[in-house]
Amino acid sequence: MTGPMVKIRSVRKCFGSVEVLRGISLDVPTGGVVCVVGPSGSGKSTLLRCVNRLETIDSGRIWVDGDLIGYAERGDRLHHLRPAQLCAQRQGIGMVFQRFHLFPHRTALENVMEGLVVVKGVSKGVARGRGTELLERVGLADRAGHYPAQLSGGQQQRVAIARSLAMDPKLMLFDEPTSALDPELVQEVLAVMRDLAASGMTMMVVTHEMGFAREVGDDLVFIDGGVIVERGNPREVLAAPRHERLRAFLGQVL
Amino acid sequence: MTGTPGTPGTPGTPALAGAGADGERHLPIAAIRPPRPGRWIAAAVAAFGMVWLLYTVVVNENLHWDVIAAYLMDGRVLGGLWVTIQLTVLSMAIGLALGILAAVMQLSGSPVLRGASALYTWFFRGTPLLVQLIFWFNIGLVFPSFGLGVPFDGPKLVEWQANELITPFTAALLGLAINEGAYMAEIVRAGIRSVDPGQREAAEALGMSHRQVLRRVVLPQAMRVIIPPTGNQFISMLKTTSMVSVIAGAELLTVSQRIYLGNFEVIAMLIVASIWYIVLTTVASVGQHFVERRFERGHHALPARVRRNLRPFGKGSA
Repeated sequence: MTGPMVKIRSVRKCFGSVEVLRGISLDVPTGGVVCVVGPSGSGKSTLLRCVNRLETIDSGRIWVDGDLIGYAERGDRLHHLRPAQLCAQRQGIGMVFQRFHLFPHRTALENVMEGLVVVKGVSKGVARGRGTELLERVGLADRAGHYPAQLSGGQQQRVAIARSLAMDPKLMLFDEPTSALDPELVQEVLAVMRDLAASGMTMMVVTHEMGFAREVGDDLVFIDGGVIVERGNPREVLAAPRHERLRAFLGQVL
Repeated sequence: MTGTPGTPGTPGTPALAGAGADGERHLPIAAIRPPRPGRWIAAAVAAFGMVWLLYTVVVNENLHWDVIAAYLMDGRVLGGLWVTIQLTVLSMAIGLALGILAAVMQLSGSPVLRGASALYTWFFRGTPLLVQLIFWFNIGLVFPSFGLGVPFDGPKLVEWQANELITPFTAALLGLAINEGAYMAEIVRAGIRSVDPGQREAAEALGMSHRQVLRRVVLPQAMRVIIPPTGNQFISMLKTTSMVSVIAGAELLTVSQRIYLGNFEVIAMLIVASIWYIVLTTVASVGQHFVERRFERGHHALPARVRRNLRPFGKGSA
């Protein structure tokens, strides 16, 4: 394996007077799956959103595949990236949201094609072929012509995953991808994510699904109060948590 | 199940358990509605009122129905009608473009752009349209000529005289469009704000630029919120064009006035104009319905053809 896909160093982030990230350092190895868990408000989603710069950070550095996110280092000074450069960085990073955020005015297939056509400038014909392939991969080829409002939550989330994959990302970020789903729909989304992990995709997953973390995760990171409290192999950490706060948290979610 | 009338299902057995299966009986609901005498009386009074009103209008000799009929298709009236349509469509189109521009400026990060947009809506919503129309018509008194060249009294490349440029039609178009833009700015801004911020984030996460996010994701969804009030504005504009008569804009009301100044058929000509205004607004509301349906795309779990059957006053299963 080469260097880590994601390198996070001493990241701090404030919302007003509240410091939500208080010095986070973390590596996601290429091809690895890192699961981030923690109580709500612990900063885990914010950390994920900083990686593709939906949020800016107040200090620290984040690199994805060797590229510093959001800035260019010239001499000993940082320069803000131009909007076009930021877009180029984001293209390589897929993001799946808790509330799916599919484009409601486009069908499932059009949602998957959108990034290819608009951002990558791929012709509609080629994009349609690639989109159909991806919908097949998430098991929704027969729903291509449906609008998001006509799909179940689990189906919408699978389309959202296909939409991100269409950009051929080197990294996928999952922000509580199953938290907005009815319990019986959770597994179909986790199955798609499991396949994705098995195919070698580098993934950062904020989740409450401890079963998924135990089975698929290479690393488990427990964040509380804006700092990493405990990390390690998910099977070992979940079997024998060392910190009282993680024990208390697991007692509530399991 | 072998329930006798009045006892559907035996105790302890849910009625649905055997639905459609052996012996499940069809129980039609043919209930009798309670009488509503109040509603009947009110309806009778309203019906009488309408018939009486219609009667007094139809038999009234002062209304000169023959004159109305004669002038309805008069060449001058139809010419005025055409000017009204042109003024409405053009000023709405320019107004919408100005409104989108002002709304995007209003939501921009630059305080200068926000300020410029706020100033625009503040001024043009704050002064009467009538005053604006008269002002544009007399703009030559303030700026006798317009030119392209170096700003602040530098040399000019081309120059036009205001008196040649400002006809009643261009003055009307300027006044109506710029005024409309100020109102459309607020409508567009509300539409853009109604789009879930998550939509913007999802588009940005795909790597779209600000312009792509706006054009591909935000505006199409904002249109759903923008179109109904825009339809209202359009219908309102059809009638607002009549204000142009103060600068002799040659639209429907102006030509009607010109005709009655000659033949003294004041009421008849006003009715001719009103009939045409009603025809225009009716056609516009039908058009609005179809445009709205186009932008409702994707916002319902059920396809339109199914939803039509669910609507209480729909076309039924036809």
